[in-house]
Amino acid sequence: MVKKSLSKIYMVLIFLFLYLPIAVLIVLSFNNSISRVHWGGFTLDWYRELFQSETIMSAFYTTLSITLISALVSTIIGTMAAIGISAMRKKGKAIMLGATNIPLLNADIVTGISLMLLFVRFTNLGMSTVLLAHITFNIPYVILNVMPKLNGLPQHTYEAALDLGATPAYAFYKIVWPDILPGVFSGFLMAMTMSLDDFSITYFTKGAGINTLSTMIYTQLRKGILPEMYALSTILFLIALLLLLLINYRSLEHPARHRKERK
Amino acid sequence: MAANLIELKNISKSYDGTLILDDLNLTIKENEFLTLLGPSGCGKTTTLRLIGGFETPDRGQILFGGEDISSLPPYERKLNTVFQKYALFTHMSIAENIAFGLKISKKSKAYIDDKIKYALKLVNLDGYEHRSIDSLSGGQQQRIAIARAIVNEPKVLLLDEPLGALDLKLRQDMQYELIRLKNELGITFIYVTHDQEEALTMSDTIAVMNQGYIQQIGSPEDIYNEPCNAFVADFIGESNIIDGVMVHDKLVSFLCIEHECVDTGFGNNQPVDVVIRPEDLEIVAPCDGFMEGDITSVIFKGVHYEIEVLAHGYEWLIHTTQYFEQGSHVGLRVIPFNIQIMHKPESSDEKAVVLDE
Amino acid sequence: MSKRKRRLFAGPYMVWIIGFTVLPILMILYYAFTNADGSFTLSYLAGIGDPVHLKALLLSLRLAVECTVICLILSYPLAMILHGLNIKKQSFVVFIFVLPMWMNFMLRILAWQMLLANNGIINHLLNLLGLHSVRILNTPTAVVFGMVYDFLPFMILPIYNSMIRIRKDVIEAAKDLGANDRIVFFKIIVPMTMSGVISGITMVFVPALTSFVVSDLLGGGKVLLIGNVIEQSFMQGSEWNLGSGLSIVLMIFVIASMAFMNSHSKETEGTAVW
Repeated sequence: MVKKSLSKIYMVLIFLFLYLPIAVLIVLSFNNSISRVHWGGFTLDWYRELFQSETIMSAFYTTLSITLISALVSTIIGTMAAIGISAMRKKGKAIMLGATNIPLLNADIVTGISLMLLFVRFTNLGMSTVLLAHITFNIPYVILNVMPKLNGLPQHTYEAALDLGATPAYAFYKIVWPDILPGVFSGFLMAMTMSLDDFSITYFTKGAGINTLSTMIYTQLRKGILPEMYALSTILFLIALLLLLLINYRSLEHPARHRKERK
Repeated sequence: MAANLIELKNISKSYDGTLILDDLNLTIKENEFLTLLGPSGCGKTTTLRLIGGFETPDRGQILFGGEDISSLPPYERKLNTVFQKYALFTHMSIAENIAFGLKISKKSKAYIDDKIKYALKLVNLDGYEHRSIDSLSGGQQQRIAIARAIVNEPKVLLLDEPLGALDLKLRQDMQYELIRLKNELGITFIYVTHDQEEALTMSDTIAVMNQGYIQQIGSPEDIYNEPCNAFVADFIGESNIIDGVMVHDKLVSFLCIEHECVDTGFGNNQPVDVVIRPEDLEIVAPCDGFMEGDITSVIFKGVHYEIEVLAHGYEWLIHTTQYFEQGSHVGLRVIPFNIQIMHKPESSDEKAVVLDE
Repeated sequence: MSKRKRRLFAGPYMVWIIGFTVLPILMILYYAFTNADGSFTLSYLAGIGDPVHLKALLLSLRLAVECTVICLILSYPLAMILHGLNIKKQSFVVFIFVLPMWMNFMLRILAWQMLLANNGIINHLLNLLGLHSVRILNTPTAVVFGMVYDFLPFMILPIYNSMIRIRKDVIEAAKDLGANDRIVFFKIIVPMTMSGVISGITMVFVPALTSFVVSDLLGGGKVLLIGNVIEQSFMQGSEWNLGSGLSIVLMIFVIASMAFMNSHSKETEGTAVW
């Protein structure tokens, strides 16, 4: 009993540790005072002003487009790559997966700098270079999410479909695609999360002209954060919460099929 | 007569409000090979897990050599289990797997090495000490699981469908191996299976379970020849089971025929189940049988033909070594001794499961 | 589709790897090993010998080790507790730990800055309880605190994932063979979760070693990590060659630590976070 309540307390403490700052930010977004420490009463002003602030809105749109476009492109390239890699022989597979691990395991700062060095040599830094950088570090996440699904496919069902007269494209669409779809989807989500949360790589590859939310916060750190930022983050967080709850609820109703390969 | 080793007294157990075992009583003797046989969900695995200590009973007592062990954790019980999916430690070598229990009981290194050698020899895998678990086939993994259990010299070995994952040929070989092991070790085996053939081959005693009750307990011969109700008759081997009425002692009526039998004590005009084993029905000339019918199918099964005869609105199953033409008109004969009369199941549960089959 | 044709699907990705993974590394190598006039030199690599740089590197290593150890100590019991809860939907656990990432991490760190400030909420509370206030802001301790906060999920999730993969009957088998809870823990659970621990350590140690934002925010400019040195050499000065040289040194440390971790794990299959 003691052990049980101790573990409960421990869990609560960890969750407090993870979520306390978020609670603080949400509270600040309703604080009618520029001060970070004093409560000046409840207000929705920051939410109103947020939509009037051109700098914040443009950074927001930049962030949104980079997140969505890079997640989409990396999902396409990554899914195709996973299909290709799974058809490779052992050696080719090992090389490709090794190369996939480089951006995953390498330090963000080194990845950012090396990409910057490449970009400044051939082009100007801007939105497109940030996009290229984000796609580069997102593809591995997609591959990592799709590969296990491809490996977990029951053997020979694809061949069985061909044997029954399906064209390769039809067989893929009807047999392989439904099984790897959850992987593709979680790869896309993972890519979006990573892209949205990234600072280091964006920071080095963005150039002077544009800002994402992360880089804007970084420049504001010295001057002081605009309270509108708290409002925006609160909105984004609540949307994410809603979205993820929805996804979780949906997958609760359709529990993933379990497929364990036994020798 | 050997002494009682394990006694289960009035055991009840339920999960999430579902009653799995209801007032179960079971006695296991020393050196017995006892099989708990039944369909999935009958409570046989729960019974085994209660004995092994992985579950505690809601009510009742488990006695081991007269001592109550109901609340002892598994690691303090003098018995070992062979799990359905082997449950080997994949991060250890075969030798380390086998040595696991011995190291915990702080045996000397020389003793442990000796035991590993001995156990591997016993399961016909000498020289496999340093192989990895992953390199073994299913049958070999099962042998290691057995070796890992028996080196601890348990008084009782619990086996939870240990052959379920193996293919037919391997399963049959392992059945003989297990009987040999049992005889060499001279310990008690409690074996759980849903495979009636496995149970008949290996056991000294079979307990047929259904819906949390023991339906019948006895030697394989008793269970096969004298099933006490239609569920047991149907579960052990194939049977023709027909609704009948006991007219009076030694006379039963079914499908509008009256036939002599040898059973007494069912009362007069009582509804009963009439069970006739397929090998006890004889195909004869139409006029020589107690009823006539037409052969609807003939299937060659190797040792015998499986023949179906439609007579009096019932598809009779017959096993015979003689060949008959499909479509021919024949008579059926059975000697009174081979007609088994059974009480109608009392609980609706028993009935329900029969319908499921 | 034949296997050969299917392999072609990896084509675009191969081009991408060459263009955006291999080529950038070559670029950084080029800068690291050449002078402003393009001739070969090792002096930028040797730049790590500069006392300031060396001190930053050593501090980074120390803080990264501290952060990793703390994450491990916090995560392992938590993973066990979570595992004990028998949550049917494992994705829900992942969800809890991934969700905070959807609020910008700099803002979250900033919130900690406010909470931990000398006149911040936590000190107010401590004073109310009659306790001494904590003054950790702008010290290496605060930086470790922030890193632990940021990287904790990357330790918990792989360990949790490897833990739920242990089959229940394996634990029962160990108990059946006489193992009490302590032996089950040390002989079965710990070795069988090693792969998760290893990937957790890698996923925390490398970013901690190379981080520069957390130290900026919580170190108040007083904690100089190797990441800060590299960042400044690119963004404040324009000593690109030196920055590249130091990056190469950093990469060597990253690769070395990963090689070390890999040599200590038998399994090659990593434990994915998601």
